[in-house]
Amino acid sequence: MNYLNETIDSLNKKLASGEISAEQLTEDTIANIKETDKKLNAWITVDEDVKPAENLDFAKNKLAGIPIAIKDNIITDGVKTTAASHILDNFIPMYDATVVSKLKAAQATLVGKTNMDEFAMGSSTEHSYFGATHNPWNLDKVPGGSSGGSAAAVASGQIVAALGSDTGGSIRQPASFNGIFGIKPTYGRVSRWGLIAFGSSLDQIGVMTKRVKDSAEVMNVISGADDHDSTVSTREVPDFTKFLGQDVKGLKVAVPEEYMSDAVDAEVREVVQAQIDMLEANGAIINKVSLPHTKYVVPTYYIIASSEASSNLQRFDGIRYGYRAKDTKNLLDIYVKSRSEGFGEEVKRRIMLGSFALSAGSYDKFFRQAAKVRTLICNDFDKVFAENDVIVGPVTTTTAFGIGTEISDPIKMYNNDILTISANLAGIPAASVPAGLANGMPVGFQIMAKRFDEGSIFRVADFIERENKFYEKTPAGMED
Amino acid sequence: MKITEDTIRHVAELSRLEFGDNEIGKFTAEMDSIINMANQLSTVDTEGVEETVQVVDRDTVFREDKAEHWQTKDELMKNVPDQANGFIKVPVIIEKDENE
Repeated sequence: MNYLNETIDSLNKKLASGEISAEQLTEDTIANIKETDKKLNAWITVDEDVKPAENLDFAKNKLAGIPIAIKDNIITDGVKTTAASHILDNFIPMYDATVVSKLKAAQATLVGKTNMDEFAMGSSTEHSYFGATHNPWNLDKVPGGSSGGSAAAVASGQIVAALGSDTGGSIRQPASFNGIFGIKPTYGRVSRWGLIAFGSSLDQIGVMTKRVKDSAEVMNVISGADDHDSTVSTREVPDFTKFLGQDVKGLKVAVPEEYMSDAVDAEVREVVQAQIDMLEANGAIINKVSLPHTKYVVPTYYIIASSEASSNLQRFDGIRYGYRAKDTKNLLDIYVKSRSEGFGEEVKRRIMLGSFALSAGSYDKFFRQAAKVRTLICNDFDKVFAENDVIVGPVTTTTAFGIGTEISDPIKMYNNDILTISANLAGIPAASVPAGLANGMPVGFQIMAKRFDEGSIFRVADFIERENKFYEKTPAGMED
Repeated sequence: MKITEDTIRHVAELSRLEFGDNEIGKFTAEMDSIINMANQLSTVDTEGVEETVQVVDRDTVFREDKAEHWQTKDELMKNVPDQANGFIKVPVIIEKDENE
């Protein structure tokens, strides 16, 4: 089963009419993944024993019997969950993350776990203990990261929808690099209970799909309050499909000058500008604005995210679960050796940076100062949103880069995130919708909105999808 | 500020990590350039600016203080790397005094 020309609606119809059984769909999906993943390495675990839910109700549950993928930092009862790390490569959770329980309650079939940068730290999916994932548009290029496995799985038609997580752009940047739709909801829209923590004030689970409506369908299932995560808002969750099929007349669209500067490749800017012109031609009001603290977002983010990570990753000590080093003399030795052997290089770099930023003598200069600059970044957004409905621009400064070209230069890798990080720091929803191709590789169009206004993102993304019909294009790397 | 190998050794100890002599040199150079980048932040005027450490729209959330049956001991022990008689096994925690 290949999903390039399928949607949740088309699959729901086929299942409801009996054209295909849920068992057959699951079997065909897994067979196709096993075949095509030789090229991509998008999956860490495929659950070959999975069975569709019983008593499938296709009228009530849009996702009934439909296979869905889960990023491997979201825990799944009885199915190995590694966060792409050696330190968790034998870890089998004994409960489900809230998003997983919700998908199961909606009768989706969870067929496996996708590849990622270790502990979601990276922008290329090269930092995985299980090897790099390849971009289906060009197998020599990265799929982006950290949700690169989910993105490649969706773009290549292995699956119709996948969950990802986004701490500094980890859904939007791979969505952009793979020509699919990826949304990071508002901080507090979707429960993170069961998401292996990276940066707790920034992490958010979201959805990656080829089509915008499919994303709205999955968002409808996973959003909303949860007794297990008190950071989730109790406000009512709208039906996200209600925002589709609208026009953009009178919509106030802000374009930050910092997002269209020379730092962004000319080809990328050109493709993005064409979408802005299209919105304007259809009645949107385009306003040039400034987000003056954009130049500080990379250092602000790397201090805050790494500080939170150094604290969150203390729990991996080799005692109760995960990898334990052999031949240790005492308890301290277990901690130090298990962590040093179990964590990859990038994870160690972030733990070290975080421990440094929080240590005596550095705390005021780095962590506290970054937390203050974060306030200024939030204020920039408040100012723009006082007079605009959405902010748009590119997702990344370039299209997907070559495998192996940036991995030895951490700062270059970190700068990949300059256009996506702000949304996490401010807690606002943001998405990447395909805009077009530059030199044969996909370019994403970023849409950001006010807190809890995912509706405006769905409205604009759906309009763009209907106009440019990017979904008709097939990834070149998947043609034999 | 220049990051030295001593700083890296100290931070590694805080982080419960260890690095070989070759790695220390590489990490020191990398951390030095990362900290240099982070130093840009000191040029931002933050006089009188409050810190943002979270973006949650709720106040402290309370719940009823009641016990719930959830996972069994057997389930919780499944991922334990080394165990004996239902306990988690670790090497000696308190070393013997060599003078005794």
